[in-house]
Amino acid sequence: MSANEPPLLLRVEGLSKAYPGVLANDAVSLSVAPGQVHALLGENGAGKSTLVKMIYGLVRPDTGQMALHGASYAPADPHAARAAGVAMVFQHFSLFEALSVAENVALGMEDPPPLRQLAARIRAVSDAYGLPLDPGRIVGDLSAGERQRVEIIRCLLQDPKLLIMDEPTSVLTPQEVEILFATLRQLAAEGTAILYISHKLEEIRRLCDRATILRGGRVVGECDPREKSAHELAELMVGAELKLTDRAGRHAGEVVLVVAGLNLAPSSAFGPSLKDLGFTLRRGEVLGIGGVAGNGQEELLAALSGERPTSRGSVTLKGEDISALGPNPRRARGLLAAPEERLGHAAAPDMSLTENAILTGTMRRPLTHRGFIDRRAARAFAREIIAAFDVRTPGPHVAARALSGGNLQKFVIGREVLQAPEVLVVNQPTWGVDAAAAAAIRQALLDLAAGGAGVIVISQDLDELMEISDQFSALNEGRLSQPRSTTGLTLQEIGLSLGGAHGMKVAEAVT
Amino acid sequence: MTLGGIDLVALAAMLMVASTPILLAAIGELIAEKAGVLNLGVEGMMIMGAIGAFAGAVITGSPAAGFAFGALAGAGMALIFGFLTQVLLSNQVATGLALTLFGLGLSALFGKGFEGVRPPATEKLDFGALADLPVLGPVLFRHDWVVYFSLAMVVAVWLFLHFSRSGLILRAVGENHEAAHALGYRVVAVRMAALAFGGALAGMGGAYLSLVRVPQWTEGMTAGAGWIALAIVVFASWRVERVLLGAYLFGGVTVLQLRLQAAGYAIPVQLLSMAPYVITIIVLVIISARHRHGAQAAPAALGKTFHASR
Amino acid sequence: MIRLIARPAPSRFWLWATPVLAVLATMVAGAVLFAALGTDPLEALKVIFWDPLLGANAGYFRGQLLIKAGPLMLIAAGLAVGFRAGIWNIGAEGQYIVGAICGAAVGLAVYPAESVLIFPAMVVAGALGGWAWGMIPALLKNRFGASEILVSLMLVYVAQNLLAWAAFGPLKNPAGFGFPGSRNLQQYPSAHNGELIAGSGLHWGGVAALAALVGTYVLMSRHIAGFRIQVAGDAPKAARFAGVAPARLVAFCLGLSGALAGLAGMFEVAGPSGQITDAFGAGYGFTAIIVAFLGRLNPIGILLAGLLMALTYIGGDMAQLMLRLPAAAIQVFQGMLLFFLLGFDLLTNYQVRFGGRVGA
Repeated sequence: MSANEPPLLLRVEGLSKAYPGVLANDAVSLSVAPGQVHALLGENGAGKSTLVKMIYGLVRPDTGQMALHGASYAPADPHAARAAGVAMVFQHFSLFEALSVAENVALGMEDPPPLRQLAARIRAVSDAYGLPLDPGRIVGDLSAGERQRVEIIRCLLQDPKLLIMDEPTSVLTPQEVEILFATLRQLAAEGTAILYISHKLEEIRRLCDRATILRGGRVVGECDPREKSAHELAELMVGAELKLTDRAGRHAGEVVLVVAGLNLAPSSAFGPSLKDLGFTLRRGEVLGIGGVAGNGQEELLAALSGERPTSRGSVTLKGEDISALGPNPRRARGLLAAPEERLGHAAAPDMSLTENAILTGTMRRPLTHRGFIDRRAARAFAREIIAAFDVRTPGPHVAARALSGGNLQKFVIGREVLQAPEVLVVNQPTWGVDAAAAAAIRQALLDLAAGGAGVIVISQDLDELMEISDQFSALNEGRLSQPRSTTGLTLQEIGLSLGGAHGMKVAEAVT
Repeated sequence: MTLGGIDLVALAAMLMVASTPILLAAIGELIAEKAGVLNLGVEGMMIMGAIGAFAGAVITGSPAAGFAFGALAGAGMALIFGFLTQVLLSNQVATGLALTLFGLGLSALFGKGFEGVRPPATEKLDFGALADLPVLGPVLFRHDWVVYFSLAMVVAVWLFLHFSRSGLILRAVGENHEAAHALGYRVVAVRMAALAFGGALAGMGGAYLSLVRVPQWTEGMTAGAGWIALAIVVFASWRVERVLLGAYLFGGVTVLQLRLQAAGYAIPVQLLSMAPYVITIIVLVIISARHRHGAQAAPAALGKTFHASR
Repeated sequence: MIRLIARPAPSRFWLWATPVLAVLATMVAGAVLFAALGTDPLEALKVIFWDPLLGANAGYFRGQLLIKAGPLMLIAAGLAVGFRAGIWNIGAEGQYIVGAICGAAVGLAVYPAESVLIFPAMVVAGALGGWAWGMIPALLKNRFGASEILVSLMLVYVAQNLLAWAAFGPLKNPAGFGFPGSRNLQQYPSAHNGELIAGSGLHWGGVAALAALVGTYVLMSRHIAGFRIQVAGDAPKAARFAGVAPARLVAFCLGLSGALAGLAGMFEVAGPSGQITDAFGAGYGFTAIIVAFLGRLNPIGILLAGLLMALTYIGGDMAQLMLRLPAAAIQVFQGMLLFFLLGFDLLTNYQVRFGGRVGA
């Protein structure tokens, strides 16, 4: 290192990692200075996660080297990484729902003090950073935002030099994002470097002072994100011009679905219950339902799809009470759905695409005769979906789990859209999907509405909902807010309807 | 003290002996399940423990050495299960069944030469004057060391799970193996250790059957005790103090029906012999119904296969 | 260093190669076991696998083959449907016993009347008995969430005691000089399930087994109901999404496998066994679990696996007679077979790579 360069905290040089059939990281280099908030920007599958897993000692690189504080750094496992001052907050939290906050924190530390002392330290740190947290509570009872606080405090207690955050805002309300950013800025001011993974460009422009952009496992650019527009960053990330969705040509028609007084008990120990939900959906309308994960989205989808029947009169389709009907009778009447979890819920992982076409397609397509499966018709239907939705796959015989997330999602959405639903309910239609596929899916939903169907989009991506929906409603702790027209709605208002910053009222009362 | 021709003090004393095999096996299975592994092969591990201990005790002449052999045999069986399910990623339910079928066969094969042999006796501990206390003496202070060992295990496992770091890691692995792996814990190693411990205790439970409770070797002598131990873990909602309660409850039912047989009631013997199994089902149903309406008590990753893909 | 890499789709080749590989590996391991027991391993393998089929007295043994394979295939056909759906009925032995008790009870109740209706009535009673015994865990699972694994298994012990009680009590032969056990149904023409073709070993149970295999084949590979059962096993949430009601599935699978096991018990008691004794349960219900897995839960596979397992029974008996090989050795052999099968199954879903260091 020459004398005129600023001192570096982390230097990564020529890191490569190959998986069967994929070069996840191809000679990736980057450097992070102390106190820097460094963004790692890229689409799904660009190699961001693999890179940080190597830095955190979870995955070992094939070639290349790293240096921390100028000394060679090659962590054998996460214990070694933590001992060296590297901490990480995972996208899908590495938390244990049945254990308490203090126990969860202890599990992420190398040499934790006895639980009672630890609880006191958790309180101290949470006060210092304005992140209220009760160490005695069971994590399963916490909101997504509070869970993230557990992860962050677990990291902070170890006094990290480098903090890695993997998509930290995807589960937060706008207010919670503000609190998180304040914490991160405070940390950076104290000299902690932050490696911040995201695909949300506006956030990166507001928070980060350096950005490395990955595409297809390679570094394709490095810049100061504050000097670039979001559109420029997006094109760097995607590597192509972005098309905007076309939402013209729709008008709300007659009412097609009415939900009133919908209640549902929780489906799992730590799940939410639905409380007195109600809304109406018109033909040609897209109703966006926003909310942070775990506030009843899955339950709402299950109640609408028919997987969980509800009390009489709570779901009415075209004037008929369908509350007691299962998924197939609802399909026959024109109500179709696509759940969030692609592998295992919307599709059976080990089954072929043909079989996955049969999964929901037998009610509206002639795929069976007297209950006997017509394999040829099913294969033709699967081919039709593949062609119409540009699903990249060798053919309909391929197992669902062999498809990439984006391709499988296109198949799932295509399977429902091609059955010409009168009402389609989708949950997280573009979660973990690359930008091009996401745009195609959104367009398909808009086209479906333009053709006279009612569409309900449940999503945690507020930008997406603002882009495609006509009405917006927020789902928070199992309650649904009154739907409002999206014209003129601000992000701030939406944030408040999502419950603001969960669990912060306690803190305000104390101070 | 007698009731309906049955001596209650003798009944209570026998209860402690009758419960010990199931208690040991259930504690072992609890630890395995807390680590997220469902080992349905308890019956197979117990019967291998029974013959291993029997052979060991007869050959060495030492009951204590017999128990050590029993524990080793059980742990060895558990490691076969661990290798198949944790390394070769086989289905836990099917592999557990295979372990039971295999253990029943192998023990019968090994046991050929030991039928009709009497094992060396396991001595009762001497508690001096305590043993002469009325009622409490015969019930609590006239047993062999294994009975007290099983009770000490309940306390030790309780302390381990609630207060030790290793216990915390074990529970973490059983709750969410992905997260535990992401934090750098060796999921497979933890589970192997838990399985081996569970197997050793199941083996000791089997050993107690062949060396003390019966004491003799007969083919298939566990007669479903391993399955009852599995049911007790569910009954106990995965809490070790309730395992004690469950095991003593079933021990009590077993002893009571034996006593009723001996007291010559006009109930067919075969119908009385059904009682422990019928009661197991009934209790299982009651507890399952409570689990369904209350909080889920089972470790969240129980029975799921773990493979660190990327 | 060995690495496992998940295959994009299950390998069709290994799906069928693993059972063959498992059988071969078991033979090798079995040979080691026999050698350890002091028996000439090659001789033992010849006596078990070769002689019953192609040896001097093969004519007699080939008949035995169908007698033993029939109940195994009949029970395994039902179990396989449930296992496909992820519903673990491991109490087929109990359903087999209760089916036999019910079937025999109907026959014995009308003894010595002669009528062509008696045998069909026994068949219905046997199937109903097995069905009812299988529905107990189904109901307890659906109403209370009790594990069908533990309940069905516990019910085996209950059934065994029930069997002993029946043999010593209500079904005891009044003309049996006080010995336990019922009248012999082989000596009661209207109730006897005799050989259909002399010397073939084929009785109505074998016919029922073949019918069950054809029936489950059509159900599982052609019909939408079978398709949904399969989805339920592969991805329970996806099955619910596809409109499968879990409770009905549980009742169907446990009821079906119970009825088929009950039928197997009834055909056995009215045929080869002849009477209800406390030793009637011979473990077919447990061996059928191995048959179902070895046959890859596929009817054609079960046909082959059933014959193979029957062969090990017959060969095992012969080895016991001729080589003084303990009967338990065959049990160990069957257990090892299942272990090897489950272990090798890894190859169906994963690629194994040797060497190639993981890290740099």
